[in-house]
Amino acid sequence: MTAAAEPAAPHAEAPRQPDPDVPRTITAPATNGDRVFRGLLRAAGLSVFAIMGLIAFFLILRGAQALRAVGFDFFTEKKWQTQAHNFGIASVLPNGILIAVIALIIAVPVAIAAAIFISEYAPVRLRATLISLVDLMAAIPSIVYGLWGLFFLQPRIIGTVRWMSNHLGDAIPFLKVRTGDIGTSYTSSTFIAGVVVSLMIIPIIISLSREVFSQAPQGEREGAYALGSTRWGMVRTVVLPFGKGGVIGAVMLGFGRAMGETIAVALIISPSFDVMSHVLENGANSISALIALRFGESDALSLSALMAAGLVLFGITLLVNVAASFVISRSRSGASTAD
Amino acid sequence: MTTLDKPPAEALVPGSAPAPGPTPASATAPPPEHQRPEQKLKLGGVTREDFFTILGAGAGSLGLIWVLFERVLPFSGVLGFLICWYVLFLTGYYMLGRLQWGGPMVRERLVSVVAWTSGLLVVGLIADQIGYVTSRGWEAAQHVNFFTESMEKTASLSPITSGGAFHAIVGSLEQLGLATLFAVPLGIAAAVFMSEIGGRMARPVRTLVEAMTALPSIVAGLFIFGVIILTLGFDRSGFAASLALTVMMMPIVTRAAEVVIRLVPGTLREASYALGGSQWRTVWNVVLPTARRGLMTAVVLGMARAVGETSPVLLTAGFTSRFNANPLEGPQTSLPLYIWSYVKLPYDAMIARGFAAALTLMAVVLILFVTARILGGRAAGEMSRRQKRKLARAARAAARAAAAPEAPTGHLAVATGEH
Repeated sequence: MTAAAEPAAPHAEAPRQPDPDVPRTITAPATNGDRVFRGLLRAAGLSVFAIMGLIAFFLILRGAQALRAVGFDFFTEKKWQTQAHNFGIASVLPNGILIAVIALIIAVPVAIAAAIFISEYAPVRLRATLISLVDLMAAIPSIVYGLWGLFFLQPRIIGTVRWMSNHLGDAIPFLKVRTGDIGTSYTSSTFIAGVVVSLMIIPIIISLSREVFSQAPQGEREGAYALGSTRWGMVRTVVLPFGKGGVIGAVMLGFGRAMGETIAVALIISPSFDVMSHVLENGANSISALIALRFGESDALSLSALMAAGLVLFGITLLVNVAASFVISRSRSGASTAD
Repeated sequence: MTTLDKPPAEALVPGSAPAPGPTPASATAPPPEHQRPEQKLKLGGVTREDFFTILGAGAGSLGLIWVLFERVLPFSGVLGFLICWYVLFLTGYYMLGRLQWGGPMVRERLVSVVAWTSGLLVVGLIADQIGYVTSRGWEAAQHVNFFTESMEKTASLSPITSGGAFHAIVGSLEQLGLATLFAVPLGIAAAVFMSEIGGRMARPVRTLVEAMTALPSIVAGLFIFGVIILTLGFDRSGFAASLALTVMMMPIVTRAAEVVIRLVPGTLREASYALGGSQWRTVWNVVLPTARRGLMTAVVLGMARAVGETSPVLLTAGFTSRFNANPLEGPQTSLPLYIWSYVKLPYDAMIARGFAAALTLMAVVLILFVTARILGGRAAGEMSRRQKRKLARAARAAARAAAAPEAPTGHLAVATGEH
């Protein structure tokens, strides 16, 4: 048989390397059971493509009616009056991005500091517990974040918001609240939604960054210490540069998550269709919140318009996520983890 | 993990070398140290100096900020107070540190304090959320009727002793069960595909699974809404909701499962192939059982994430206040949907019910999460104490049974030849 001759040949020309941990490639003839098995697994693997493809296909299919009705105005119109054929995402999309940006401004410093804490400063005994806690924070349902933001955070944050508006508002125009100085002027704002969303993306950024930080090469760490560096000096010169790509990727993933966050935002905001350039004022919006609040409308065009908005959201998050995984895999820290 | 965790502790030695070691202990130390030279000196830790510097900076900044905040400047709000206090504390700590330490040392201490406080902040936030939901939810959750009744006969102004979330709890569990049923085989099969079969397609599949993990939950809901309800014309039902949850859950299971399957040692697979096992035999009888605990962790984590998803359910399940145990027909409420619907109503009893449902949901998530942690405490292939005892007992029995000495030495030879 040829099968007997084939394995003999590589043995003859390349003597076995003393490397016991690398799995050897196995060239056994596949049995029928194996063929079926592989086929099933391959189908399962490719089902991911099918699901994502179907999502895109059905969003396009159902959103086509609305896109055809208003054409390119969908991207330039700020209002959302579907009965009047007058709707677009020109206000919800920027407002949603604004919420995500505010969330990132708050979340990124806290998350990176906490990631450094867990991977470098925390006592080794506490580390596993902290990692579990961060995972738990990621698993807390978004509706609980929404409740917490609405009932706990909002009444307590109003004082701060009011102070920012009154004292910083003159110097920094976008912090000014132009409506009257009463409590409701400061609630349900882009800012408060951003704060709540920041809490939801903190665990994502922490866990990805921590993972990257903990992979910083031991030799380089010891080298930094040997040169007389303090722990912070070591972190600054070894861990942070090593983890830079991973952290950027983590921040991008956090941005994608913040863009798609629905329930917490929808609970807190009061929908507005102006572009909210003053982030502390009452009124905010995002594509996902718009969908969650309007899906009850029953006519076909309204639903189609929501589908089209969902398609835009899907496209943006997909782009951001693929870009993030590209950044991570191109970075030094990512290269070591890729297969 | 242990190999990763250990070196940083050793690396501390050169970094904190300037600090004098605990000399009193060394008087008695030498004799045992001679036998075990590897024992490390404890160099880290907080000295009295550090403690009082932090205490002083904290107290000083607290006093100053109180005077500024309450007496001098027209500030208000607890949160603003805390933020200003923290900033002032860091400034004060820096200046106090500057009086006694050099530049790099002060920066090191300052960063250490920032790192600790941000860690504490995250822990505090989690504790605050759990504590707040518990305290608000307890009001309604202490009445048994909350767990035994539906909202069918409860009007908006009914007292808290009537009505409950029984129907939502049942709905949540059914939808979660169905979603698990769909997502787990698919997710684990996809993970096995990526790690065991691989090939050209493995990489794009992995990228797409990662992108799918971050799929906005509302889009998953919109997708199922568009397919099942708009295109196929079915009514909203628990089944549609469980399909939407499947879309959310499957990539989480896949990613977590792939990680644990990759941890299965290649030598085990080779052993199986060497015994003549085919690929599916190897996967089914060797790889999956070895990774079983990790796979269960993956599944339970996926369940913990899926049970709290609101937006997919919001679009697909429909809302009802009555009990409906049939997921295939008619609207079926789940816990997140129950919270979402009642907490926005302007009635105190309704909000209390919403919080009690949130408490229930958190309890379910916590139980699932702790289960996952208990299951996943060990890496794949690592044995529990009971398993180790069992193995040792079996080995002893085998040694006793084998009259000829070849068996144990032969076993030893294999073990040493491996390394």
